Amino acid sequence: MVFESLAEKLQNTLGKLKGKGKLTEKDVKEAMREVKLALLEADVNFRVVKNFVNKVKERSIGHEVMESLTPGQQVVKIVNEELTSLMGKEESKINFADNPPTVIMLCGLQGAGKTTLSGKLGNLLKKKGKKPLLVACDIYRPAAIKQLQVVGGQVDIPVFSMGDKQNPVNIAKAALEHGKKNGNDVIIVDTAGRLHIDEGLMDELGNIKNEINPNEILLVVDAMTGQDAVSVAESFNEKLDIDGVVLTKLDGDARGGAALSIRAVTGKPLKFVGMGEKLEDLEPFHPDRMASRILGMGDVLSLIEKAQANIDQKKAMELQNKLRNQDFTFDDFLDQLEQMKNMGPLSQILEMVPGMNSKQLKNLNVDDKELVKIEAIIKSMTKNERNDPSIIDGSRRKRIAKGSGTNIQSVNRLLKQFKETRKMMKQFSGMEKAMKKRGRMNFPFFK
Amino acid sequence: MFNKLFKKSKNEEELTNNQEEVITKKESEDTNDISDDNIEQSKTGFFGRLKEGLEKTRRGISDKVDDIIKSYQKIDEELFEDLEEVLIMADVGLETTERIIEDVKDKVKERKLTEASEIKSILKEELKEILEDVEGKSKLNINPSPAIILVVGVNGVGKTTTIGKLAYRFREEGKKVLLSAGDTFRAAAIEQLSEWANRANVDIISHSEGSDPAAVIFDGIQAAKARNMDILICDTAGRLHNKKNLMNELNKIFRIVGREYPNATKEVLLVVDATTGQNAVMQAKVFKEACNITGIALTKLDGTAKGGVIFAVQSELNVPVKLVGVGEGINDLQDFDPENFVDAIFPE
Repeated sequence: MVFESLAEKLQNTLGKLKGKGKLTEKDVKEAMREVKLALLEADVNFRVVKNFVNKVKERSIGHEVMESLTPGQQVVKIVNEELTSLMGKEESKINFADNPPTVIMLCGLQGAGKTTLSGKLGNLLKKKGKKPLLVACDIYRPAAIKQLQVVGGQVDIPVFSMGDKQNPVNIAKAALEHGKKNGNDVIIVDTAGRLHIDEGLMDELGNIKNEINPNEILLVVDAMTGQDAVSVAESFNEKLDIDGVVLTKLDGDARGGAALSIRAVTGKPLKFVGMGEKLEDLEPFHPDRMASRILGMGDVLSLIEKAQANIDQKKAMELQNKLRNQDFTFDDFLDQLEQMKNMGPLSQILEMVPGMNSKQLKNLNVDDKELVKIEAIIKSMTKNERNDPSIIDGSRRKRIAKGSGTNIQSVNRLLKQFKETRKMMKQFSGMEKAMKKRGRMNFPFFK
Repeated sequence: MFNKLFKKSKNEEELTNNQEEVITKKESEDTNDISDDNIEQSKTGFFGRLKEGLEKTRRGISDKVDDIIKSYQKIDEELFEDLEEVLIMADVGLETTERIIEDVKDKVKERKLTEASEIKSILKEELKEILEDVEGKSKLNINPSPAIILVVGVNGVGKTTTIGKLAYRFREEGKKVLLSAGDTFRAAAIEQLSEWANRANVDIISHSEGSDPAAVIFDGIQAAKARNMDILICDTAGRLHNKKNLMNELNKIFRIVGREYPNATKEVLLVVDATTGQNAVMQAKVFKEACNITGIALTKLDGTAKGGVIFAVQSELNVPVKLVGVGEGINDLQDFDPENFVDAIFPE
């Protein structure tokens, strides 16, 4: 498997240490190799990885292991914390000008997604009540201007262009005038993609910057970028002193380690992430989510925290007793569903489970609608039916199906599942008695 | 604090030299008609340009290897760790890197080498071996005519540009070329391809934006048959490989090509951006499943990206790299030659 989750690897490496109060230096070193590999697979720059690993190593050695956690989890926690802090804690916002218009300039390599981002950003700001203007400064790529015009048309935002025969510096300057005259309070300047080593074109960017004095210069970076992200970001930052970074195409399955590298070498915040091809698919950047994604690990700790916060311990105990005595009813089931729902969408919860990485999830279409259906079916049952499903005969099934807006097959399936679970519980508690072992079966329906 | 760690690359001084080239390229691009003079000029620059593009790759890997070797006298574990670092920095990928290092270690043992300086030739040998596994298959499948080339890839890798360059090259070879504008999704993608068709002076079949891409490809095939074309090149919309429905759409296009043009020689070209990291391997895997890619075009190799991902893709998937993009001009597309590629990375 290409992307084995880091949590899994770490737990394998450190699992044998269970019960030890301290991690030895050798244990940590071994674990750090796994961290290093995971980060490199995620395309984090090698030098950034080295630095990072040393930092984590320092913190991990001699660190007391919390009682309730295994050493593996402890290291994962430190790694995650360090990663999140490296990503930056603040939620970064656009710098708006005191005196409108606010000028935003986009730059980056070819094919990073600048033109699409122009539309997305314009759309986002328009929804916030701004009056954006898009400016077509990409005079080199065939049909780039047309693309911006189409994108602008889709979100109903005006596009300023002067064709491809004018100097981009002049276009930007004229656009500023045009925007001021027409009451646009945000001006988004789309520039041509260029290599960071192409000095002529980099100078052009510098000239545009000097001419229009942007409030915000955003470097647009493809989430799939490899080790080279560092030299790209460094060059753009040196030339333009960028204000932030936008990571695009994050709806792919690249881990996006470039985000970490760029943050580490430029110190500039990530402000937005592109999450799809539609013009609404732009989201603010969440450092913690990105950290987990780069590690390819389930966020074990927040799952535990979430579960503890949302699941009523007393109810869980009651449920356990009921299961043992086999008077588990559909009402209890419904309770469970409610608690699950409190924890958030099922797919999100699954993402937090270690070993459940995105690759596996892809084939497993987790559908919250299924839960809604189940809920509807149960809620269409009478009290008596919920307590004693055996009384549900053909005509009752028909009624339940109608009442829940599903079909008889779905009702049958649920009844069958319920019956089997009960049977399973019976076997378990039998086994339990026989082995005199303390088993904990808190959530029987979700394996 | 991090900035100190990242020393400025030595490359920069040399880049000014390339600058003039780029500007002249831009100019020749701006004048839409390509005069014969220009072509003659740029033809002489063909090899130079590839070398130039690869120069950076070469410097990237080679300089560091030299640095490392200089600082070691004898071969030891630490040296191997540092070599591993160099390859990883070149986006070669962890699995491949480890494999290469293991093999180099074996050879060192076998030949009882003890001098660090001997490492370089062993490494070169090793890298060549990976690429040569698929040698012989690295030519485009376009003979005999008629041929169809389906160009696929994720967003923003340079599919349309590569098609423009290919069309120009084939026309120059005297072939009858037709383009089919299968990217009906992205704004102005059709206009972009039309512009390239115009520059390369070839015909193009297109529908309006938002129409069914499979239908455009279908029409392209019918037109290619009717007009007796040598090569039909089909553009497709960029798609991320983890979007199931888009990959299904691509599979449908692929099936239509097979069904409607059974007698054509087929090439399915995956375009990969050289700046892409390890995700390229996943891309190649999934695209191979959906439309059985037969070759890879590695674009944007004129930047500082090392293109080391080639090694990962070839060694893991055995899909040969066939083309290399080394610039923005219409001429900047080269056949991939494993021998030259490695030689350019590690010159004697």
